[in-house]
Amino acid sequence: MIEVKNLEKSFGKNHVLRGINETINEGEVVCIIGPSGSGKSTFLRCLNLLEQPTSGEVILDGEKINAPDRDIDKIREKLGMVFQNFNLFPHMSVLDNITMAPIKVKGQARGEAEAEARRLLDVVGLLDKAEAYPSSLSGGQKQRVAIARALAMKPEIMLFDEPTSALDPEMVGEVLAVMKQLAEDGMTMVIVTHEMGFAREVADRVLFIDGGVILEQGTPEEIFGNPQNERTQTFLSMVL
Amino acid sequence: MADYLHGIAVAAQGVPTTLIISLVAVLAGLIIGLFVAIAKMSKHRILRGIATVYVDVLRGTPLMVQVLILAYGLPQLLKSNFGFQFNWTHFIIVGFIACGINSSAYMAEIIRSGLQAVDIGQTEAARSLGMSSRMTMRYVIVPQAFKIIVPAMGNEFIALIKETSILSVVGIVEVTRQGTLWASSSFLSFQAYFGVAVIYLIMTLTLARLVSFVERRLAQSDRG
Repeated sequence: MIEVKNLEKSFGKNHVLRGINETINEGEVVCIIGPSGSGKSTFLRCLNLLEQPTSGEVILDGEKINAPDRDIDKIREKLGMVFQNFNLFPHMSVLDNITMAPIKVKGQARGEAEAEARRLLDVVGLLDKAEAYPSSLSGGQKQRVAIARALAMKPEIMLFDEPTSALDPEMVGEVLAVMKQLAEDGMTMVIVTHEMGFAREVADRVLFIDGGVILEQGTPEEIFGNPQNERTQTFLSMVL
Repeated sequence: MADYLHGIAVAAQGVPTTLIISLVAVLAGLIIGLFVAIAKMSKHRILRGIATVYVDVLRGTPLMVQVLILAYGLPQLLKSNFGFQFNWTHFIIVGFIACGINSSAYMAEIIRSGLQAVDIGQTEAARSLGMSSRMTMRYVIVPQAFKIIVPAMGNEFIALIKETSILSVVGIVEVTRQGTLWASSSFLSFQAYFGVAVIYLIMTLTLARLVSFVERRLAQSDRG
């Protein structure tokens, strides 16, 4: 479904991604782990071109998307993204946060968009917050709204960039529960996370990224149970 | 005492003119300034260059000189170089244009700082939903930036009210010109300009109160 070939990304002299090759299949849940500054988030952000790759290819449904003539907005409709800092629009109600893109981008009728938004809010357990403004929500609630907002565009793939890292510990569970439900419903997901327990439980595959390359990958059992690479072992011994 | 009160009353007659010019100028400045601000943040070097020169020239030359060029220089230029007979029928239009354009340069900088103060995550979230950069600007960034810049815009409006006194040199009968006219007929220069000062003070202080009220209201809706 999404294929990455020899992906490299530099910020000035800072060579963050040094050749990543990876294929993510439909329905797969892939968790990306690794130390801070290893390039995990940059890799994820290259998938929906929030970062323009310096070289290499990102191929979605057989089409190379990081070419100058591609309609980047059209492509991004297929890739939902959830951010560490939620990035809800503070000047809009929860409902408007969710319906804006379907209405403005896809031209959906307001009534239809709102019905869908309420259905999604119900899924994430926040139907009663439809009229609330983001500033009145807790971190966990904000992130669940952000997930509903991304889902409203009916994406083929969901990208999560450390979705629980900015949350108070007692709120991590509610967000992970929503993500787990999404995974069970068959959504293709790529998740950058520090939640090793979650990765172990939900992921089909775990990638360990360090120094801008995928050092090791495998099933959760392989990565967490019997890591082969020395750096993977060191990293896991520090976080587990 | 009666002379002082009369001075104030005379100056007050210029208030509608001063206010209408300031208001038109600040609104024109806001709209032009928005485009200049966006041009200044553009990726295109030429567009950015033009916007930078525009702001530099307008902020780097006195408003008085800009008014004189527009009021007297432009008609002369059109006549002697293009044989085109042009005269301003209503000098107040000079006031609208000169103050509006002058204000747009200051407004552009205010707006740019407001747009840049909106968290980059807002842009990323909007773009990740498939919104174009234009939609993102319009529905996500500008509404948030507007809140941030309201106080600075209010201050610009207050500054503009005082600046319009320069228009008295081209004969626009606003507050200052009212005072000058009365001073030259009554020879009571002190009472005349004292009245002018009082009127400006009333306008600026009232507006300052209004700005801080709006500011408080906006802060409240943020918490809501």
